[in-house]
Amino acid sequence: MIRVDNLVKTFGDFTAVRGISFDVQQGEIFAFLGPNGAGKTTTIKMLTTLLKPTSGTIELDGLNPMLKQKEARQRFGIVFQDPSLDGEQTAYENMELHGVLYHVPRKVRTERIENLLKTFELWDRRDDYVKQFSGGMKRRLEIARGFLHTPKILFLDEPTLGLDPQSRNQLWTHVKRLNETEKTTVFLTTHYMDEADRVAHRIAIIDHGQIIAQGTSAELKASTNSDSLEDAFLTLTGESIRDESASSADQMRQMAKMWRR
Amino acid sequence: MSAIYILWLRELKRYMRSRVQMIASLGQPVLYLLALGFGLGPVFQRAGNGSYVQFIAPGVIGMSILFMCVFSGISILWDRQFGFLKETLVAPVPRMSIMLGRTLGSATVATIQGLLVFIVCLIAGFRPHSWTAFPMAFIFMAMVAITFAALGTAFGSIIKDMQGFPIIMNFMVLPMFFLSGALYPLSHLPAVLTFITRIDPLTYGIDGLRGSLIGTWHFNFTLDIAIMSVIAAGFLSLGAYLFSKIQI
Repeated sequence: MIRVDNLVKTFGDFTAVRGISFDVQQGEIFAFLGPNGAGKTTTIKMLTTLLKPTSGTIELDGLNPMLKQKEARQRFGIVFQDPSLDGEQTAYENMELHGVLYHVPRKVRTERIENLLKTFELWDRRDDYVKQFSGGMKRRLEIARGFLHTPKILFLDEPTLGLDPQSRNQLWTHVKRLNETEKTTVFLTTHYMDEADRVAHRIAIIDHGQIIAQGTSAELKASTNSDSLEDAFLTLTGESIRDESASSADQMRQMAKMWRR
Repeated sequence: MSAIYILWLRELKRYMRSRVQMIASLGQPVLYLLALGFGLGPVFQRAGNGSYVQFIAPGVIGMSILFMCVFSGISILWDRQFGFLKETLVAPVPRMSIMLGRTLGSATVATIQGLLVFIVCLIAGFRPHSWTAFPMAFIFMAMVAITFAALGTAFGSIIKDMQGFPIIMNFMVLPMFFLSGALYPLSHLPAVLTFITRIDPLTYGIDGLRGSLIGTWHFNFTLDIAIMSVIAAGFLSLGAYLFSKIQI
C-alpha cells in the first residue's frame, strides 16, 4: 500500500531524511517511531504531498504522489500534529466541508457523517461549535473526518499528544475498529511506546534520518533483549536528549498554548 | 467549483457569526470619521474645500475595506500552522480553487464591512450627491475588496512568522492608506508626493468611490475602473502564484 525507496530530503545543508526504505501492506497498522527531530514529520509530509522529496521514490497504492497528486490525495486521510479543524464551525459543518472537498456524493456524505460521528461518540454534539470542544473531542472529530472519504491509508501524526489516558485509550480503540471493518491502512507516529506496542502490527524506528530497526514489537524486543518496547527503543536510539533549535512553528505553537484555554 | 463555493461560504459564515468582531472593526473607521472629519472640518472649510466629512467618508470606507482584507489575508499565516488551512492544502482540490474561495470570501466580507461603514457615515451626516450613484460606488467597493484581498493572500503566503505582521502593516498597508488621497485632495501636492500617490493602487479605488459618491473626481470613472481592473488582475495572479508555493 505504501512503498518508499531510498527517500532523501535535504533542507539547505541539513539532511533530515537520509535514504529510508520501507513497505506497508494493505490493512496494516504501521508505527513510525523516533526521537524528536528524527525525521518523522518530514517523512509524513513527503508521503502526503506537502513536501517534495530531494530524491528517492514513493508509491501510495501504486501511484507516485508527486505526479498524480490529486488521485493520491483522494486515497489518503491525514490527522496532523497541530489541529486543523475550523473552530468557528460546528462539528457537522466541519465534516460536511471535508466531504465536499473530497468529492463525496451528497447521499453517501450524509450517511457516513452520521455513522462516523456516532462511532466517535460525537453525534449528540454535532451542532456545537468546535471551539467549545475538549482536546480529546477535537482529536476524535479530526480522526472521524479523516475516515470520511473512505481513504485507503490514514496518516496519524502524533494524534494523542496532550490527551489523557482515557481519551488515548478510546481513540485507539476506534482506530483499531475502523482498521478492521474498513481495511484502512494506518500509518502513525507517536511518542508513547505503549500505544505503538498495543496497536501497531509492525514498527519502524527512525533516528537521525535513518531507519535503524524494523519489525514487529516482539521482534524488536527480542533483538535488543528488552522486556518492553520502551527499553528496546532506548537501547536502539540511545539515551541522549535531542535538542532541536526552535523553529518559527515552535514559537507559534507556544503562543497558541498561551491563547488556548 | 463546489470547493470554491464552500470555502467562500465558510468565510461568510465566520464573519456573520462573530458579531463582536464585526462591531469592533467599525471602531477605527468611526474614529477617523468623527475625530478627523469633525476635527479638521473647520480648517478644511476655511480653505474653501467644502465639508470635510463629505470628503473623508469615501476615504474611510476604502480604508475599512483595505484593513479588513489585509487582516484576513495575514490570518493565513496562523491558519496554516494551527488551523483549517492545512486541511484544505492536502485535499484533492487545486490550490487555485482554495485561493479563489478564500480570497473571494474575504473580499465579500470586506465589502459588507464597507457597506456597514457607509451606513455609519450616513448616520454621521454624510450625504451622497445622488442615490443613483450608489451602484457605481458599490462596484468600486467590490473592486477595492478583491484587489486587496488578493494582496492580503499574497502577504499571508510569504510571511514566515508573526514578526512579519508589523512590517507589512507599517511599510505597506499604512503608507498605502495615508498616501492614497483618502484624507486629503490630490491636487497641488509636492511633486514627490504626487508621484507616490500615482503609484499607490488604493488612490484609484478611493478616487472612484469619492467620484461616485460625491461627484468630485480627480481622475475619471473610466481611468479608475481600468487601472483598478489591471491591478486586481495583477494581484490575483500574484496571490495565486505565492499561495501555490506555500509549503507547511
